[in-house]
Amino acid sequence: MKRIITLTVLNRPGVLNRITNLFSKRNYNIESISVGETEQEGISRITCVVNVDNDRVIEQITKQVNKQIDVLKVADISDQAVVARELALIKVQSTPQNRNEIYSLIEPFRASVIDVGKDSLIIQITGESEKIEAFIELIKPYGIKELARTGTTAFPRSSQRSNHKTNYSIV
Amino acid sequence: MLQQAAFTKVEAEKKTVTGADLLLEALKKEEVEVIFGYPGGAVLPIYDKIYDCDIMHVLPRHEQGGIHAAEGYARVSGKAGVVIATSGPGATNVVTGLADAMMDSLPLVVFTGQVATGVIGTDAFQEADILGITTPITKYNCQIRNIEEIPRIIKEAFHIATTGRPGPVLIDFPKDIAAGLVERPAEPEISLPGYQPTIEPNYLQIRKLTEAVSSAKRPVILAGAGILFSKASDLLLEYVEQQKVPVVHTLLGLGGFPADHPLFLGLAGMHGCYTANMALYECDLLVNIGARFDDRLTGNLAHFAPNATVAHIDIDPAEIGKNVPTAIPVVGDAKEALTMLVKQEGKPPEHSEWMQTLEGYKKENPYWYENSDSPLKPQRVTEMLYEKTNGEGIVVTDVGQHQMWAAQYYPLKNPDRWVTSGGLGTMGFGLPAAIGAQIADPSATVIAILGDAGFQMSTQELAVIREMNLPIKIAIFNNRSLGMVRQWQQIFYQERYSHSKIPSQPSFVKLADAYDIKAYEINSEQEAEKILAEVMKDKEPVLLDFRVAENENVYPMIAPGKGLHEMVGVKK
Repeated sequence: MKRIITLTVLNRPGVLNRITNLFSKRNYNIESISVGETEQEGISRITCVVNVDNDRVIEQITKQVNKQIDVLKVADISDQAVVARELALIKVQSTPQNRNEIYSLIEPFRASVIDVGKDSLIIQITGESEKIEAFIELIKPYGIKELARTGTTAFPRSSQRSNHKTNYSIV
Repeated sequence: MLQQAAFTKVEAEKKTVTGADLLLEALKKEEVEVIFGYPGGAVLPIYDKIYDCDIMHVLPRHEQGGIHAAEGYARVSGKAGVVIATSGPGATNVVTGLADAMMDSLPLVVFTGQVATGVIGTDAFQEADILGITTPITKYNCQIRNIEEIPRIIKEAFHIATTGRPGPVLIDFPKDIAAGLVERPAEPEISLPGYQPTIEPNYLQIRKLTEAVSSAKRPVILAGAGILFSKASDLLLEYVEQQKVPVVHTLLGLGGFPADHPLFLGLAGMHGCYTANMALYECDLLVNIGARFDDRLTGNLAHFAPNATVAHIDIDPAEIGKNVPTAIPVVGDAKEALTMLVKQEGKPPEHSEWMQTLEGYKKENPYWYENSDSPLKPQRVTEMLYEKTNGEGIVVTDVGQHQMWAAQYYPLKNPDRWVTSGGLGTMGFGLPAAIGAQIADPSATVIAILGDAGFQMSTQELAVIREMNLPIKIAIFNNRSLGMVRQWQQIFYQERYSHSKIPSQPSFVKLADAYDIKAYEINSEQEAEKILAEVMKDKEPVLLDFRVAENENVYPMIAPGKGLHEMVGVKK
């Protein structure tokens, strides 16, 4: 099952290395990891998506990560209502003939074209991983030349409903 | 006028502090007694300051020897062991020691030299990415990038290494940082917002545990090295006598509870005794204090304590529930937890039937071996070493059969008298670790029990023993084999002894002679009696080459994949 863990860390040299190293040392699989600064200077936020077999593994991961000296806070937010977002850049083959067709796919996904070339387009799409995957599937037949994804970054929602079934936001 | 002169002097002092000065000053503030270090290019600025420094400096003959000595020192003294190694090969030579200390939770502060900041990343001479290499095997590591940070980083390093669950910390010291001049920085403040180990356990959990003990029918305490790190031996004894709960030890915990106490069941695990292992298998309440349920202790987890409620006291929350599902987790320091438990004055469990069962096991299944005058039996040698030291020596071992025999036949009465490489199982650990142990406690009788193969992985440290005239008794159990490997090949690989027999070992007596260390070859029990009577009280080192039986096996034994109740070799 997929879990989203967020870490608040001191932005010191080697901190990301220590965390990714820990994952490989303990034989955990990271699906994606995204890192960036927070509103506080010197503090970064890391969002990891991991795939685990059971709750014990995720408990171990959070405990082991929490043990690291430069880690301030660890939270497994998968069971909360969260907003999770990812950005993907997709360079897709496109001729003037099928350009409109591609545009018609882009619109319902609220993606946007950010560069147009002679025989290709670059599409930017943000949203949850599932949405991005759905879009990629759709666009694949046109021929994807290059693809770059940032990995998920996530926040728990400000108001948590007491009994929610969906872990992810709908929009 | 005078005032002004004083002022200029202060001003001058302010400006003349180098990074190396700050390092040594910080070590003095931490009351470091001894540095295990080896000089080299990148640490020359540091060594130039060490030249005038009054902290004892021990020069091992290999950096690995240095760090194992620091481990031995840390284990016996309870303080952080300090190591200095140069960049590149010096730094990579301490890697095994770091991994060993990480596994066995030993506090170390290791300084490695590094090439100057300007050339880091250019594959400069003797450059190695030691931070990258050691990240998974240190509790913390960092590189000093500004001279001003040195006092704070070193203060933090000692704090991290020695508090919470102890462990090794590595500080990488670029050469220009060590040589650079700076105004003396202000007194450092520790700033570690992400590091706040839980010391005091949750009261409700302690209540829960007290009730569980009171209502248990077959309780047992598993005491690990956490007892030793938190100096909780006396409290453990007090608690055990209050509750009358029997105790088993992990390999690393030995000495935490007096082995001659009637409630002590013995060592548990792969080569533990029948009673201890059966107690773990049959108990209905298992109280783990400061042990990490290592696989060599638990055997096959599917058969581990199958009917027990498990309580686990540990300062490291990540250890709780890692291998064994735990019903009563208690995060905190063993000493604090035991203090609270004793204060609870819970009703002792009604478990007379259980105690009778265990007494029966003890009586019927003691350790056994078949003695003979010649070939000399390693078990008998260990017993003799025990007798000659009244069980009060510091026992340092290497890794393998002799280590298990030492654990079985030298029942320790006191804490911090046992130095062994448990988690990593590092051959070559014993001889240098004995050096550190002797430095930590100069008046103790230190016995280094080694195998002939492990001894040769760090033989060069004999030079240090001679140089410092450390009265270590080096007892080599020489079976001309890699004994434990040979035993496994005999049992699990159809006696196909692939590279585990070494009939052509050199003469250890002649080798010792080259280092000017007194040495004896001993072939029979009679000889052993005579020579041990002569040399054990000596105030100088001695090497004893015990020519022991080659094909002796360690029993009892739990085969890999088996449960604790499936011991073999319990009886003759």
